[in-house]
Amino acid sequence: MSMIKRALPIAGGIFLLLVPFIDKNSSHISAYADTGGLVLLAFGLNIIVGYTGLLALGFAAFFAIGAYTYGFLASPLFGIHINFWPMILVSAAVAAVFGLVLGAPTLRLRGDYLAIVTLGFGEIVPQVLQNLKWTGGPDGIAAIDQPRLFGYAFGFNPIPYYYLYLVVIAIALLLLNNLRYSRIGRSWMAIREDELAASHMGINTTGAKLAAFSMGAALAGVAGVLFAAKLSTVSPSGFDFNTSVMILAALVLGGMGNLTGVLTGAVIIGLLNFLILPQATNWVQAFGQLVHSNAVANVDLNQYRFLLYGMILVLVMLFRPEGLIPSAVNRAELHAEHETAAPEVAH
Amino acid sequence: MPDLHQFAQQLINGIALGGVYALIALGYTMVYGIIELINFAHGDVYTLGSYFSLSILALIPLSRYTQGWELWLVAIVVILLAALLCGIVGVLIERLAYRRLRNAPRLAPLITAIGVSLILENIMQIWKGTSEVSFPQFLPDHVHVLFGVGFHDRAVLVVAVSLVAMAALNMLVFRTKLGTAMRATAQDRDAAQLMGININSTIAWTFFIGAALAGVAGFISGIYYGTTFFLNGYQAGLKAFTAAVLGGIGNITGAMLGGFLIGIVEAMTSQYISDQWTSVVVFSILILILVFRPSGLLGEQVPEKV
Repeated sequence: MSMIKRALPIAGGIFLLLVPFIDKNSSHISAYADTGGLVLLAFGLNIIVGYTGLLALGFAAFFAIGAYTYGFLASPLFGIHINFWPMILVSAAVAAVFGLVLGAPTLRLRGDYLAIVTLGFGEIVPQVLQNLKWTGGPDGIAAIDQPRLFGYAFGFNPIPYYYLYLVVIAIALLLLNNLRYSRIGRSWMAIREDELAASHMGINTTGAKLAAFSMGAALAGVAGVLFAAKLSTVSPSGFDFNTSVMILAALVLGGMGNLTGVLTGAVIIGLLNFLILPQATNWVQAFGQLVHSNAVANVDLNQYRFLLYGMILVLVMLFRPEGLIPSAVNRAELHAEHETAAPEVAH
Repeated sequence: MPDLHQFAQQLINGIALGGVYALIALGYTMVYGIIELINFAHGDVYTLGSYFSLSILALIPLSRYTQGWELWLVAIVVILLAALLCGIVGVLIERLAYRRLRNAPRLAPLITAIGVSLILENIMQIWKGTSEVSFPQFLPDHVHVLFGVGFHDRAVLVVAVSLVAMAALNMLVFRTKLGTAMRATAQDRDAAQLMGININSTIAWTFFIGAALAGVAGFISGIYYGTTFFLNGYQAGLKAFTAAVLGGIGNITGAMLGGFLIGIVEAMTSQYISDQWTSVVVFSILILILVFRPSGLLGEQVPEKV
């Protein structure tokens, strides 16, 4: 069993490295890379929601802040062109600072109020980016610099971005896996289970929550830089509530608080969003043309994606609140809760 | 005195807009008061109200000879039917998506509420498409001038309907047996149950009434603006929630007050700052209130239950 457990990630890693050699379709590779972006975002949100139990709804705002920071400092907009690689850390730091700025006054709020404050923040950020002139307005920033490595220009070829995402995800996995059982990680989980008890045990709950917020935001910032570099453009519309919901759906589906679960959820949602729905739309439309049905030929499955995410949120929460691959603690907790709650529910 | 006139004009716009927000805010505040859930799907029930109104109107054979009191009768019938349908939807949402999670961790029903909101939006998108839908302006709409300030019949209608609905709600909550049951359930669910109150049906009625008021708001905003859109409910709902928080969540008078205040703030922002900054201003108010005075204007300070 433990052999399999150890061999599985290695085999999976090797498979992921070989993907661009198996699938030569560059739009597919691009979709896999975008899925990687969703994985990073889901990891970030998982620190806040999954580990610490704080529901943050406007998470895409931090993604926007990371992407725009890179856009400001590496595009013709201000004529500044800082190298891509250090910008990963700079954008992460800027997003982390915003996480602190939002977190500091709001973290003493009750859970659902915090959710709404972050949602309000998530609405304000893209709106401000859109209204201001110097941020590029509704059109955003174009011609953002793309990375180079030892003279090799990434350009618009999705393959180097795919590998870049793999590397960043691997680093994030390593860090998060260690973080989880570190002092701060255990503090987070103590806060999630019972904040009052945690503070009585001497945990600095405010500090731990702020750390969760800034680290989550930093990961979103990294995802933002990679996103802006791959697309070479950013605009405010890409960071709205829908994006936040997609990240949340990935978390809920996979299993909050468990890295394997979050990874699985993000990969499923990402592939659905970037690959399967567009592909299936093409097939359905081709079929429609084949049978000369205008109605079928004009079907766009992409517009049902939020119906799908909505159903995922509702059905998973109702029937499997721990997600597809839950953490052991979560599963135990949720099932204990059901047992104690059962007599109250039954009438 | 053109400046003062402009101000008065915007005040009227703000009050009309505020009437719509107040009606939606009532649903948030009632549901939050009774089960401490931010019913995220509530804004979409409001949009659903305007969509139901459109479909009901399409069934009524209006000709250009229909006029006067007949038109008002049509309006009343449409309002009542839209409210009824929205109320039923509200009860169904509670039954299917929230009731099972009443004893779950608090974030679970909030997540299903977001899911329900997405589902409703997508259903409306399939129903009437992704562009704005025009709403028939079938009611007479004369302009009256009072002290040099012009206002339309439709503004009067919006304010009158919202005031009547609020008065009716106040009667219901503070003068009827159901209202007493609702207040008792909000105060202490277990104790209310021990007193023989049927918790499930009381909560279902709360959802029905809140959703019905949102349906009324959907109709009058359709009349006021002349259009509706499947995503309207998201922002309108968030603004109405801001109104409920501003007034003190759980407090019915507070929700009405907050609704009118937010409407006026929005109208003034669009006049004196810019249209595109209205949501930034409103959501900043939301954040500031939640951070500095989470009990709102009229709410009482409630320490977190241990």
